[in-house]
Amino acid sequence: MLDASEGYTTEDGRKIGGVVMEMKNITLRFGGVVAIQDISFDIREGEIRAIIGPNGAGKSSMLNVISGFYNPQEGEVWYKGAKRPPMKPYEVARQGIARTFQNIALFEGMSVLDNVMTGRIRQMKAGMLAQAIWKGKAEREEVENREVVEKIIDFLEIQHIRKTPVGRLPYGLKKRVELARALAAEPSILLLDEPMAGMNVEEKEDMSRFVLDVNDEFGTTIALIEHDMGVVMDLSDRVVVMDYGKKIGDGTPDEVRNNQAVIDAYLGVAHD
Amino acid sequence: MPEQLVFAMEVFLNGLMAGVLYALVALGFVLIYKASGIFNYAQGVMALFSALTLVGIMEGQVPFAHLINAIFGTEIHHFGWHVPALLAILFTMAVMVGLAWVVNKLIFRHLVNQEPIILFMATIGLAYFLEGFGDIMWGADIKKLDVGLPQGINTWIDESTFNIFDYGFFIDNLDIVATVVAALLVTALVIFAQYTKQGRAMRAVADDHQAALSVGISLNFIWVMVWSVAGFVALVAGIMWGTKSGVQFSLSLIALKALPVLMLGGFTSIPGAIVGGLIIGVGEKLFEFAIGPLVGGATENWFAYVLALIFLVFRPQGLFGEKIIERV
Repeated sequence: MLDASEGYTTEDGRKIGGVVMEMKNITLRFGGVVAIQDISFDIREGEIRAIIGPNGAGKSSMLNVISGFYNPQEGEVWYKGAKRPPMKPYEVARQGIARTFQNIALFEGMSVLDNVMTGRIRQMKAGMLAQAIWKGKAEREEVENREVVEKIIDFLEIQHIRKTPVGRLPYGLKKRVELARALAAEPSILLLDEPMAGMNVEEKEDMSRFVLDVNDEFGTTIALIEHDMGVVMDLSDRVVVMDYGKKIGDGTPDEVRNNQAVIDAYLGVAHD
Repeated sequence: MPEQLVFAMEVFLNGLMAGVLYALVALGFVLIYKASGIFNYAQGVMALFSALTLVGIMEGQVPFAHLINAIFGTEIHHFGWHVPALLAILFTMAVMVGLAWVVNKLIFRHLVNQEPIILFMATIGLAYFLEGFGDIMWGADIKKLDVGLPQGINTWIDESTFNIFDYGFFIDNLDIVATVVAALLVTALVIFAQYTKQGRAMRAVADDHQAALSVGISLNFIWVMVWSVAGFVALVAGIMWGTKSGVQFSLSLIALKALPVLMLGGFTSIPGAIVGGLIIGVGEKLFEFAIGPLVGGATENWFAYVLALIFLVFRPQGLFGEKIIERV
């Protein structure tokens, strides 16, 4: 098992750092329904961490806890070595945790470029007046932000649609724009909520490639949710498996694949 | 040049000027609608309320004087000082920002993710409340508002047109000021919405709440900001209309004239509000001039609405509105 606090090196030679986020005994309830029950795991710097499980296992709830959309009733969230108090989603975002959504949440009326630029809001510091009259610091800032954004747009191969209003794009491209916007924030953790959901095989392959490239190129820490087992096993360094709100497995893809509880959850098991 | 044509030209110019004032009110609607998806029925009342407050502060009126007198049997009405116009405008703006904060805190925060129709109903409630509140606070009498804007016939235009056409045009100085102010206001708003971080955040919030949160935008901050800006636009409209026709409660009815303007220009377009206002202004004046005498006059009361109705049938999104596409 992985217990070295100073990280490890993967088979393909990537350096994985220390723990950047740790969930400690998280319990989340909606009225009488327990969505997450006493779950703990950590996310290390530079790794691709997957959370998998059958439908209704509580994966999305877990992602919403990390991104501040839900506040758990019990448990602690530790981020960069400090306990995080209950926060609003926008405060979490400003701390450098970016996310995408299962059902895509983009600004449909704005162009692709404008959408991705909103991801930079955290990095924009110039005063409102300075921005309006486009002077000095504000101009430098805008230019810098544009450079980062253009680089990301290039990287995700969406140059040809930069000026297109997002509302007109097909599903697969929208997913990519959403990824671009999240990346634009230069997040310390990137949360992907079912990045391959609803995609055909070709689109899935593209998206998998982008996820790997992003991690490789920018060293971004990625936590993703997916219920397509095949994709997850190929992509991730470590996997948390959830079922009915409980954690039933945690480890490398190989360890998880051979875990009896996981096999039962996915294939079903005869109960006596 | 035939006399009729010269008259028509004067009517046209006056129509443009009237249109600018319509556009000023319509702008406030568009702004809130674009930024929060709320159709703010209270925009006209906000213009009235800001004008009332401005006069009240300038004249040193005691707020709630009638109420205080009725309860305590006192006879106070004025503090006995006068506040200079510019300072009073600043104070009034502060009041409008305060109002924005309260409106967001007490009403719209609690209606997040509700249907647009529910938000719309809330603004109707707000409109009635604000009208009554303005009445209690500042009294219901018609007040004169004079912040030092030039008024009366523009002699330069009068003389120069007299030299050319043998007939002097009557153009009110106030209308010219209103035009300049409207142009400045629109320029400022467009720059704000397009080029500043807050403007971008505002458009983002209007589009998708969740997505806005996920990139680090505080919804409450943006909403208070939007209502403050709408309050500012209302204040400008209130000053213009108040100076022109006195601060009176029928001012809130100008909001109704903004509706056809919006249907023409499109609810989501700032340039649309301007062009729509101008078309309605010019249209109703020219129509009255040309057709009015044949049907016994008073066409200005209904022309705008009929025009809007025609637009609703043939181009429901307005001239500049976003095209309505239904995906099936």
